[in-house]
Amino acid sequence: MTTLLEVSGLGITFGGLKAVQDVGFRVNPGEIVSVIGPNGAGKTTLFNMISGVYKPSSGTVKLDGQDVTGLDPFLLARRGLSRTFQNLQIFQTMTVLENAIAGFHLQEKGSLLADLLHLPSMKFRARAAETEARTLLNRVRLGNAAEKEASSLSYGALKRLEIARALALKPRVLLLDEPAAGCNAVETEEIDHLIAEVAASGTAILLVEHDMKMVMRISNHIVVLDHGEKIAEGEPAVVSRDPKVIEAYLGTEAAHA
Amino acid sequence: MAELMQFLLSGVTVGAVYALVALGFTIIYNASDVVNFAQGEFVMLGGMITVFAHMAGLPIPLAALIAIAGTAAMGVALNKLAIEPARGAPVVSLIIITIGASIFIQGVAQLVFDKQLHRFPAFSGDTPISIFGATILPQSLWVLAGAIVVFVGLWAFFTKTLTGRAVLATSNNRLAAQLVGINTNWVMTLSFALSAAIGALAGVLVTPITNISYGVGIAYALKGFAAAMLGGMGVPLGALVGGILLGLIEALTAGYLSSVYKDAAAFVVILIVLFVMPSGIFGRKSTDRV
Repeated sequence: MTTLLEVSGLGITFGGLKAVQDVGFRVNPGEIVSVIGPNGAGKTTLFNMISGVYKPSSGTVKLDGQDVTGLDPFLLARRGLSRTFQNLQIFQTMTVLENAIAGFHLQEKGSLLADLLHLPSMKFRARAAETEARTLLNRVRLGNAAEKEASSLSYGALKRLEIARALALKPRVLLLDEPAAGCNAVETEEIDHLIAEVAASGTAILLVEHDMKMVMRISNHIVVLDHGEKIAEGEPAVVSRDPKVIEAYLGTEAAHA
Repeated sequence: MAELMQFLLSGVTVGAVYALVALGFTIIYNASDVVNFAQGEFVMLGGMITVFAHMAGLPIPLAALIAIAGTAAMGVALNKLAIEPARGAPVVSLIIITIGASIFIQGVAQLVFDKQLHRFPAFSGDTPISIFGATILPQSLWVLAGAIVVFVGLWAFFTKTLTGRAVLATSNNRLAAQLVGINTNWVMTLSFALSAAIGALAGVLVTPITNISYGVGIAYALKGFAAAMLGGMGVPLGALVGGILLGLIEALTAGYLSSVYKDAAAFVVILIVLFVMPSGIFGRKSTDRV
């Protein structure tokens, strides 16, 4: 199995502050890799570097063997890397359906002229995108909210909408930043299943999540960050017993107890 | 009756120019939330470049094309040199940059061209057409037609085409637009080019009626801004209706009150709109989610 996402020696400094340094790991197709760590450990910063929102100061990001370090997010999206945000990036004044359709933007190729002339092929294309978008919305249980304006949805529902939009890009690598935040136990379990399903279809998934039960249940591999550095990685069972990890989460006292 | 008709006709003509300027505002505002106060300079450049190209011996249609293309290039340069380097700055700072750019363009125009008033012959002669006892210049019809064609074109662009929808998506949420694969820098460049070209077209169409000089830009920018606010910032239909309404208000003020108050009319309109309905006639209320 070839590695789909390979991160090595990745680091970034803000002013003099080393927010993240020398982080490396791999994600294979169909694999779910979780990044965990206490608040402020640099998880979201790491995501922002991988997805092109921040330009890393050092290190490389390889997508399917090709160096994509520091490429703009729209170029990464075109290469099959898509993500969701902890603090939601939704088209708030569009409807739920329009948000999902936006995810099909890249697949909806067509010339400006054909669009303006309203050629049948363009109408067909638009209808196909709409059908697929509705299917996706049903999958994240937002089928009934399709015509509502996005800003009227609850936080948990918007989280699911963002996942739907990311899936619309048919990504090879999917980065999920706290997909279960703000969701109740039932919703969390649904997101659980959704993530497992997406991974089973061959997508490489990188996950940041605070719900440890969820992380332990669905991850194949866990990377632990603390103060911007990787302090451990491995299978869930191994990582959860690692004294360094326990120390990072609970402090030294607990680790020695 | 003939008097009222005359005021209405001249109001609609001036209004169509304001509508074109307001449409220019609409595009850049839609792509970036920036109100581009250099929009009036695009009108000035359109007129001035046509005048000087025509004086150099080129036929008017060719001179006009060169003016529109040249102004579009200026729009792209404005974006690349002044707006893009400040990406991430608050919208208010970007708006102030456009005011600076406007002053700069005006200064350069003063040096490159001159300080005289100019005009070139009307496209279809200067024989007035008489309607219900009032008269209208053939050039006014050109201006009206220009405004309508641009409006319909923009409406189709924003609602029917993927590129137009990409512009709307970019204005809605820039980062989200990038995430779905939209090249937002390109969207900005396109918006400035399009907006500058529309401004230049307005300049080309209106020069035979009102004459042109290096300093007319600011007045057009302010009137166009008032028109866009009146109709609802960011809505093409609002720009069209707002422009024509503003033109009519001005013409009626000039006709029945005094032409001294003509320019004041636009600013009274801005004040009333801001007090009574800040989102304009067709604008949507904007709310922030916390």
